[in-house]
Amino acid sequence: MKIFIPNSAFLGNINPFLRGFVPKSGEKLEIGANEKWIAVHPVVLVMVAALGLPLKAEQVFFEKLTARSAHYLERMGLFKFLGIDSGIKIIEHESAGRFIPLTQIRNSQELSGFITEIVPLLHLNPLQTDALRYVISELVRNVIEHADSPVGAIVAAQYYSKNNTIRIGISDTGVGIKSTINRHHFAKSNLAAIQLALTPGITGTTSREGGTESNAGAGLFFIKSIAKVSREFFVIYSGDALYKLLKEPIGKSKKLFADPFKDKHSSEESLPVWQGTVVGVDISLNDTQEFSDLLDLIREVYSKTVRERKREKYRKPKFI
Amino acid sequence: MITVKLKNKTGSFAENKDIARDIRLNILIPAIERGEKVVLDFQGINSATQSFVHALISDLMRKYGVDVIEKISFKSCNEVIQKIITIVIDYMQESSN
Repeated sequence: MKIFIPNSAFLGNINPFLRGFVPKSGEKLEIGANEKWIAVHPVVLVMVAALGLPLKAEQVFFEKLTARSAHYLERMGLFKFLGIDSGIKIIEHESAGRFIPLTQIRNSQELSGFITEIVPLLHLNPLQTDALRYVISELVRNVIEHADSPVGAIVAAQYYSKNNTIRIGISDTGVGIKSTINRHHFAKSNLAAIQLALTPGITGTTSREGGTESNAGAGLFFIKSIAKVSREFFVIYSGDALYKLLKEPIGKSKKLFADPFKDKHSSEESLPVWQGTVVGVDISLNDTQEFSDLLDLIREVYSKTVRERKREKYRKPKFI
Repeated sequence: MITVKLKNKTGSFAENKDIARDIRLNILIPAIERGEKVVLDFQGINSATQSFVHALISDLMRKYGVDVIEKISFKSCNEVIQKIITIVIDYMQESSN
């Protein structure tokens, strides 16, 4: 496997980074990095960490880092995760207020503990972190329940005080969305599976409306909606497909759509295959009232979607 | 009537579906089977996920019908929690119609 950490890879410009990733070919991981500058979204780090975690340190080859900004990788815990010595000497500062370093979460108890630690770690007030806790809880629970991921979920986040935004990355190396969705639905491609997974009321656990006793198929729709109302990016990459919710321009209405392809978005297929799922999301923490307002929009769209889907299945009279 | 103080079990952010399932199986279903009314007390809880609320109440609506909601009261819910509970009850009713 090969992966190259570029000088810049955030959700808006992540595609070239993904195109350059070389999936499994032998039991080693080669990591390269831009020699002058590294400024990347946490989603890049959770991908590298997830690939390297199952390997022994001697199977991971990290190019000598020369970029001055490479200490960021050290601070986020990447080398510790990979079990290698970066040779980077930094003065450790407390992470409080700025970032959540790479963390592996394998079960429900670890998730609940992690969620509790987030608020003090970022020095934000609890109201500001409603959406953040919501996103991490729902995404990681998806991994724990559906992904069958050997590494569990790998999570990292970075807070940007300049625009009061938090950037979150979550990866797993499990069965992927297509495999999960196709247990009870039919998706012919990875992108079609992502589309279904983002549609409210569609879950991989049943084809029945209303879901099962523990799954409704709402989690990813909620998260995409949080990003949309924040006018931020949301990216989901599974198998060879990428779906990217694009930023809505200020002034444009925040209408939610059940079908993610009706949102302003881009998508790409035939990317190098990621065995599992990667999610990146940016959330603005500026307006705490927005989460409550968002729930009104979700209620409206969700019920309408379920109603319409049920109506499509109604038997029709046969007039002859 | 029984009152379930959720904060003791969930903490201030109710997101653990395993806990929701335990409350449903061990407290809510037995109470409803006995014909008792239930108060779910959200005092001290700042927020909850849709998944938690779904795991707590959706199966009751499926098993006993939507009228089971008449037997459950939701106490001390803030605006966000009220809205999440309403979303779950709405889509479960839409699903069952």
